[in-house]
Amino acid sequence: MPSLTATLQAKEKFIAFTVVGDPDLDHTVEYVVAMAQAGADVVELGIAFSDPSADGPTILSADQRALDNGITTEQVFATVARIRQQTDVPLVFLTYTNIVFKYGYAEFLAQMQAHDVQGLILPDMPIEEQTAFLPLAQQYGRDLIQLVTSKSYDRLPAILQNASGFVYVVSSLGITGTRQTLSNEANEIIAQIRQYSDIPVGVGFGISQVEHARQFPTANAIIVGSAIVKIIAEHPYDATPYLTQFITAMKEAQHAQS
Amino acid sequence: MTTNDHRYFGQYGGQFIPELLMPAVTEVADAFHHYQHDAAFQAELKDLFINYANRPSLLYHAKNMSADLGGAQIYLKREDLNHTGAHKINNVLGQALIAKKMGKTRLIAETGAGQHGVATATAAALFDMECEIFMGKEDTDRQALNVYRMEMLGAKVNAVTTGTQVLKDAVNATFQDWTKRIDDTFYVLGSAVGPYPFPEMVKYFQSVISAEAREQFLYQTGRLPDAVLACVGGGSNAIGSFANFIDDSEVKLIGVEAAGKGVDTNQTAATMTRGSVGIFHGMKSQFLQSSDGQIDPVYSISAGLDYPGVGPEHAYLRDLDRAQYVPITDDEAVAAFDYIAQQEGIIAAIESSHAIAYAMKLAPTMRPDQQIMVTLSGRGDKDVAAIARYKGVDLHE
Repeated sequence: MPSLTATLQAKEKFIAFTVVGDPDLDHTVEYVVAMAQAGADVVELGIAFSDPSADGPTILSADQRALDNGITTEQVFATVARIRQQTDVPLVFLTYTNIVFKYGYAEFLAQMQAHDVQGLILPDMPIEEQTAFLPLAQQYGRDLIQLVTSKSYDRLPAILQNASGFVYVVSSLGITGTRQTLSNEANEIIAQIRQYSDIPVGVGFGISQVEHARQFPTANAIIVGSAIVKIIAEHPYDATPYLTQFITAMKEAQHAQS
Repeated sequence: MTTNDHRYFGQYGGQFIPELLMPAVTEVADAFHHYQHDAAFQAELKDLFINYANRPSLLYHAKNMSADLGGAQIYLKREDLNHTGAHKINNVLGQALIAKKMGKTRLIAETGAGQHGVATATAAALFDMECEIFMGKEDTDRQALNVYRMEMLGAKVNAVTTGTQVLKDAVNATFQDWTKRIDDTFYVLGSAVGPYPFPEMVKYFQSVISAEAREQFLYQTGRLPDAVLACVGGGSNAIGSFANFIDDSEVKLIGVEAAGKGVDTNQTAATMTRGSVGIFHGMKSQFLQSSDGQIDPVYSISAGLDYPGVGPEHAYLRDLDRAQYVPITDDEAVAAFDYIAQQEGIIAAIESSHAIAYAMKLAPTMRPDQQIMVTLSGRGDKDVAAIARYKGVDLHE
């Protein structure tokens, strides 16, 4: 299986996000496979947390639906095993530090390795708190995805030193959620990153419309979360055609930019 | 991750926050450490404490209670007599003054019972700053009077409708608001929780409680108290009450947490009794949570103690066996609320009534020549309606 870095080396890549267990585990398997078939180059699997501090109301509600279904960390790994029977699309987890801490850092990373989940995004683990986790992630060959914002410039060398897989550029201040218009700030952040590193860059937070897909030509990938979660919220048990249509349109818009 | 890391208390503390907030929190830490050693800042804060907040607060010998309980002498540290009616003003004046010096123009804060929100709205009015308060929807209902009070002071109060709609959700909402407006906004965190430097900074400003109390005990009684009691939600009045006694190993330090309907029920907020180590709200500490790491909904009659975590230094003090933490139920707290009103003519906050309730258990086990300090963290006017409801009394409000 290619690494995240290799997968995202070219431009115009698409990273799709969904919360495991929203609306239920069977549909998560179906939707991940469908999104991969529709052209998602990487799928980000959210492990629900009761208090997702970096997320807006859309993803918070999805987390709550998953938790109301009684989703456990063990069930998430079992679901990944089912996904792996149908697709080898690169997978990345997104969750909060406490979920991984309570499972055990090494135990969690071992499960990621066993289920071929290549990367992990922890929005509440800044570089200052990665001392214990990062060496373990490297030991298990997993990428701890670093986040970069427009406030991070002084911290970029230190952040990029810890980076592998790809770098997640936060397109705008605030929390996750769809936005009508997005600033072009991410392009400036990418230019700053490029002074130090050629690691692939994905831009996320607020990307939800075809216009946004064309807005970041220097990024290797766009990351779409809330817009996909909204589709699943609107069509919980029959989202496949809507997801396929949305991802196809976004991919086409990305290609049209070049 | 070790005690060598100044951001930690033993294994607890740290800065588990989004990258987006790291520069903002670092800016706050730098400013705090600068003004800690700035004579002009200290003079200005001292003037505010004395001439605005009504410090020093009294250390009052509660003779009626002491005689009635028939054991140790009880002394009340009267933070309820501060301007705005609680200890919260100590920390707020300190943080708001730092914010002002940093050039920030907008204060935001979470609040549970509303006391911290009122204090923040007060400081914002005094310093001519914009102010927004985040309060769980359930708490805006329980503490409607405090909501109106904050609005009268010019603050905008946002009722938080996500999650369990109480204090922890208000903290989430305030951090989220901060990520949207870092440049002009300062988050006045009200308890000794959150990412470094907040637990250290809140302790620093609340330490005035025990700095005064230590002198007052020596002056009034010629010696230190045998035990210091304070209620603990996040633990700001408790850490302030403990701070200047931590090195006096003969002084017992006792934090009193809210058991709600009982520590064996799922309607409790007794973090120290029932919790486990976790990472939440920017810190590693003790939390009420599931085996998977989901934060538990918590319950207490007291909106100010209704919190699933505790400040990292409290978790550390307990690990060191330097402080102990005990649970008090709703019923015990309400009984103490009535008791101190009738014995001493003091309407104490329902939060502080938890500490009073434990003093009622502890004092009779001690000798009359021994002395207990109980921090009366706030006044109870805000709680009168809720207590009436609890007892099934219809006040025709």
